[in-house]
Amino acid sequence: MLVWRPVFVTAKIQKSAYDVIVVGSGAAGGQSAYTLCMDGAKVLMLEAGRKYTPEIETPMFQTPDLAPLSAVSTPDKPFGFYDATVDGGWEVPGEPYARASEEDAGRFEWWRARMLGGRTNHWGRISLRNGPYDFKPNSRDGLGFDWPISYEDIAPYYDKVELLIGVYGSNEGLENTPNSAPGCLLPPPKPLVSDLLVAQRAKRLGIPVIPGHRAVLTQPLDFTHSPARLHPGNASAQKIIARDMHERAACLWATSCGRGCAIRANYQSTTVHLPPALASGNLDIRTDAMVYEVTVGRNGRANGVSFIDRTSGKHQHAAARVVILAASACESVRILLNSKSARFPNGLANSSGKLGRYLMDTVGSTVSGQIPLLESLPPLNEDAADGHQMYVPWWLYQDQHAGKLDFARGYHIEFGGGKRMPGHGTGAGLEWLTGGSYGVKFKQDVRRYYGSFVGFDGRGEMIPNEQSYCEIDPAMKDKWGIPVLRFHWQWSEHELRQAAHMQRTFADIIEAMGGRVHGEVKTDGAKAIAPGGSIIHEVGGAIMGSDPNTSVTNAWCQTWDVDNLIVADGGVFASNADKNPTLTIMALAWRASDRILERMRRKEL
Amino acid sequence: MDRRTTLKWVLAAGAAWPLKGGRAARADAEPTARGYGTDPNLVANYRPGELWPLTFTAAERRLAAILADIIIPADEHSASASAVGVVDFIDEWVSAPYPRHQEDRTIVHDGLAWLDTEAGRRFGKGFAELGGAAQHGICDDICEESSAALENGDAAKFFALFRDLTAGGFYSTPAGRKDLNYIGNVPLTRFDGPPAELIKALGLDS
Repeated sequence: MLVWRPVFVTAKIQKSAYDVIVVGSGAAGGQSAYTLCMDGAKVLMLEAGRKYTPEIETPMFQTPDLAPLSAVSTPDKPFGFYDATVDGGWEVPGEPYARASEEDAGRFEWWRARMLGGRTNHWGRISLRNGPYDFKPNSRDGLGFDWPISYEDIAPYYDKVELLIGVYGSNEGLENTPNSAPGCLLPPPKPLVSDLLVAQRAKRLGIPVIPGHRAVLTQPLDFTHSPARLHPGNASAQKIIARDMHERAACLWATSCGRGCAIRANYQSTTVHLPPALASGNLDIRTDAMVYEVTVGRNGRANGVSFIDRTSGKHQHAAARVVILAASACESVRILLNSKSARFPNGLANSSGKLGRYLMDTVGSTVSGQIPLLESLPPLNEDAADGHQMYVPWWLYQDQHAGKLDFARGYHIEFGGGKRMPGHGTGAGLEWLTGGSYGVKFKQDVRRYYGSFVGFDGRGEMIPNEQSYCEIDPAMKDKWGIPVLRFHWQWSEHELRQAAHMQRTFADIIEAMGGRVHGEVKTDGAKAIAPGGSIIHEVGGAIMGSDPNTSVTNAWCQTWDVDNLIVADGGVFASNADKNPTLTIMALAWRASDRILERMRRKEL
Repeated sequence: MDRRTTLKWVLAAGAAWPLKGGRAARADAEPTARGYGTDPNLVANYRPGELWPLTFTAAERRLAAILADIIIPADEHSASASAVGVVDFIDEWVSAPYPRHQEDRTIVHDGLAWLDTEAGRRFGKGFAELGGAAQHGICDDICEESSAALENGDAAKFFALFRDLTAGGFYSTPAGRKDLNYIGNVPLTRFDGPPAELIKALGLDS
């Protein structure tokens, strides 16, 4: 039987050396630690934030009346009181960052979550694969960069990640929207009334609507067959993961995933990656460990990291044969830029001068509408899988390739409606429909309109450009004295036109549903587009490539300059397809860790 | 009503919106508490007044309760707003230390004062002392921002905010959820989607 041991180490019991140090505990850190530990490597994970225990800290069924201010967002809890994120947001007390511009067009906002598991505790769980085009965008349209890997290189890792974490979805065989290997996906949840209406009416416009892909267990994981597929030839790993999969419950079709999940029915690093990694006995975790530098030995190789113990304020060091940065794209870049030495005066792994360059986020734009057909429906429990039962993959690849659109890359559409739990906002802002009713008429109006709204969010590809990057601010430091990042940001016409296209498309769908668009349809892309960083899909800054002069890492996420230093997070993305990055981050991290294990076996590391 | 108050109303030509700087005397009632911080206990239950002091005066509470119940009165389906704690909720809201709530605090404070001023101008009484028809008469003039008279613009903005807050407080409660026939937030062993008859009735089966 597996025994949980007290694995959260302190300075006193931290070992003198590890095989691998993993900086960060989110999607990239969790996956790296999991892959390495299951194969016997001794890993120290360092997390800047506090320990976090979803099993006891998750507000599973709490209703808004039990929270301050009906659980609305505040500067302390930017995604609402019940969002899983603690000590996080676009602003973190004591941890400022600088912006080269405060203008909307040049603004970048940097979300961080200082907690074990990082952003995986609250993310949307949308788990889409990049397709073949997405790894070779430059070859297709001459813009941006090709990755040094192709879809075929990463497909087996997508399969494994889906099997491990549990992703629902379907295989539709659509262009650049890959199928998974048989048995990888869980069945998608049943659609809501509003989903069916969107699907029916969008179809009339030639827009496909298919089941979404999210990391939510719509049924228990296959703990009988999956372990052997995940860890062939590794009996110990199979045993550990079989037990862990068995212990994860399936979705109970209630409460928002963004709160986290105490029954482990969705993916967050803290409930999926870390428990089996800890059960292997090979993982030590130190929380409150703010890493600021990768240290390098006389041989030019990384030999560990320096960090500040946030509880004591003391500077400490940890040693290992391999260092993996998985601190999030920008934080990993910050650590490398701050790791200056006589040998590496511009920061570590920056001989190309490309460290911090080609920062990308996702293009976001929103339109919502009110749909008379959905008014006054009978009582329905529409909590479902917490949204994204269905979505629209990008459908105009051929038109785009033929030059019929005025922007180069695509977007997918996330949409949602239904009778979600009432709270603050229910009954608000109805004047455009009610003419300002109050009294008994207002109560009738709220009943009539409740559940009749559908919102559409576009999520589109941004092409990397020379004007979007981060660097170390010459003056500003955080509360520990660590130099902070300064961000530069600029959209290109491709993104702005894409955002305008989203607005028109969403309005068309709403009208095809017989609905009314709420507010103005923004045909000016600059007004339609959400600020940089606000979609929280920032990637790039340490892009992978096949040329050490123009990229920071090779195809295995190893930095060109220091071969035992790996960037495992979104920093290595050479493009940012419309597909949400998390699944790809995990697949890349698994692949990079496999490579590390192989090189360790060959005594190269 | 004393003479001084009457005089004040008469002097308030056309029920002008109170000057923004006119609250210096109430500085002691300004919320000074800090927020709940970036790491609050998410599984505890919170009541208004627990995290920061409530700051409505007794007169404001009374007015807020009247207006909340004008917006959400009791009917055959559910109780009134004030009966389910909405006044405490709005007081918590306007007393909160966050920027958005501080802005709303000014609007609500000034708006409640405007109601009394307007009632005095029209009827020579406080808003609370008016009968239902007179109260509704005032509300009818400010319940829709787009059609409100220009000089009532700020009052209409206040009414829209107060209606949103009243609804937000009300529909967050068990009574509000029941009023809307919300039947979720319960664990299910399976999710079957909408019933086939409904899908068919809506023409969504093809």
